[in-house]
Amino acid sequence: MKKAMRNRSLLLVNSVLVFSALIMLWEAVILIFHVQPYMLPDPLAVVTTTAGRFPDLWSAFLITAEEAAMGLLASIVVGVLVALVFARSRWIRRLLFPYTVLLQTVPIMAVTPLIIMWVGPGLNAVVLIVFIFCLPSIIANTTQGLISVDENLVQLFLMHNASQGQKLRKLRFPHSLPNLFVGVRVASGVAAIGAIIGELFAGSTGVGHGGLGYSIEYAKDQLQTSYLFALVVAATALGFAFFFIAMFFEWLLLHHWHESATVVEDI
Amino acid sequence: MPEVLLRNVGKRFSGTAVPVLEGIELSIDRGEFVSIIGPSGCGKSTLLKLVAGLLPCSSGEIAVNGMKPEDARALVSFVFQDPTLLPWRTVEKNVALALELEGKPREENAKTTAMLLELVGLSHVAKHYPRQLSGGMKMRTSIARALATRPRLLLMDEPFAALDEMTRDRMNEELLRLREEQNWTVIFVTHSVAEAVFLASKVIVLAPHPGRVAHVIDVTLTYPRTEATRESDAYDEIVSRTSRLLREAHRL
Repeated sequence: MKKAMRNRSLLLVNSVLVFSALIMLWEAVILIFHVQPYMLPDPLAVVTTTAGRFPDLWSAFLITAEEAAMGLLASIVVGVLVALVFARSRWIRRLLFPYTVLLQTVPIMAVTPLIIMWVGPGLNAVVLIVFIFCLPSIIANTTQGLISVDENLVQLFLMHNASQGQKLRKLRFPHSLPNLFVGVRVASGVAAIGAIIGELFAGSTGVGHGGLGYSIEYAKDQLQTSYLFALVVAATALGFAFFFIAMFFEWLLLHHWHESATVVEDI
Repeated sequence: MPEVLLRNVGKRFSGTAVPVLEGIELSIDRGEFVSIIGPSGCGKSTLLKLVAGLLPCSSGEIAVNGMKPEDARALVSFVFQDPTLLPWRTVEKNVALALELEGKPREENAKTTAMLLELVGLSHVAKHYPRQLSGGMKMRTSIARALATRPRLLLMDEPFAALDEMTRDRMNEELLRLREEQNWTVIFVTHSVAEAVFLASKVIVLAPHPGRVAHVIDVTLTYPRTEATRESDAYDEIVSRTSRLLREAHRL
């Protein structure tokens, strides 16, 4: 226990040192090569801009977070439903599974014009793009979980004359939860990226306000490089936040019983 | 009427040259404890699944209490080699599973579950999850679940094979003690001659390729059987006779 504590504090100290070193390197590059602020602002400028324009930054953050959350939730609902259909029959799976792979490989930028044509620019388009980004990993993982149930358990349910509904509710669905959460974890990382990419292409309907992606585009046009940096930091934070929220729910639902949720990493 | 009757039962899986089972004739009376023993691949587990109605016979017929196996499931419980517990359910919820599936009222289930946990000595871990239990405790949970629906016939497929010898011996004694109280008919598949003889009133030795009944041995030891039974000469004699017959069956 004591050893673990010491290891953890050592890790913390090291992390702080590495972070400080990176900041100093950044500062040094600017000083040595005389880099102009519109090309690369110094760390302090980024911090002051972040503080000074925090309300703008926060509202952009919330807009993107909302889009990402809506797309992610929609993909979980639809993904689980599709997985339930896939789990029913090997034939359906064989016929339709390739399309979910296709969904993953289609370059989203190429489809964006079509999406804008169909649902209009702004919120709808961005949510749809996030949805497309997230859907395949939810479908693939949940299907895997639903169909990989131990044969003996299926026979046990059969012995007690379980109905199809009981088999799904009491066996297949809970069994698939760990897999579903693997899908959600992957998708939550992708959701934030999807929302920002979506905004870069499908933007906002209003001028001067929008999510992080839209603001990045705007800040670039205005050569507000230090604000651009602040936006990048915010976008990264958004991705982290989604990932950790997904992890939290996974822990909340699975830590009682599932091995993967209780593994203690030895650092 | 015998509790379980097999008439000329055969089973062949498609695409295999030799049938798994052929010409099995077996009559088991109510209250009998029958052990089935035989070399690997002689179709022991398949036989059990046929009686459970989990697999169809290729030929012949099986009657459980006069019914077709798949219609008799309400009378039967199956205990698998693995504990086959649901990891997301606590011990008591696992025991209640079979009752839940058969649509019994909830308050009654809670009472039955508590009683069974008491019976198998697991009351103190009722709220634990399977991953927190030892192998023996998991198996006891599995047995409690099987007993919850008040089966007349218990089918057990090497339930103690994964346990160490001491735990296995203790589980054997516990199983017989439970049977004193509930008086089910049991078909018990095992690898272990000692276990087969200790538990059963009748040991059936199967020969492989195709699986068929080679010998039927009546175990004349009296119940209740205890630690003392294991040390008796009569027990030793039956065990060595059964071992010899098993070796012969291997060569058949």
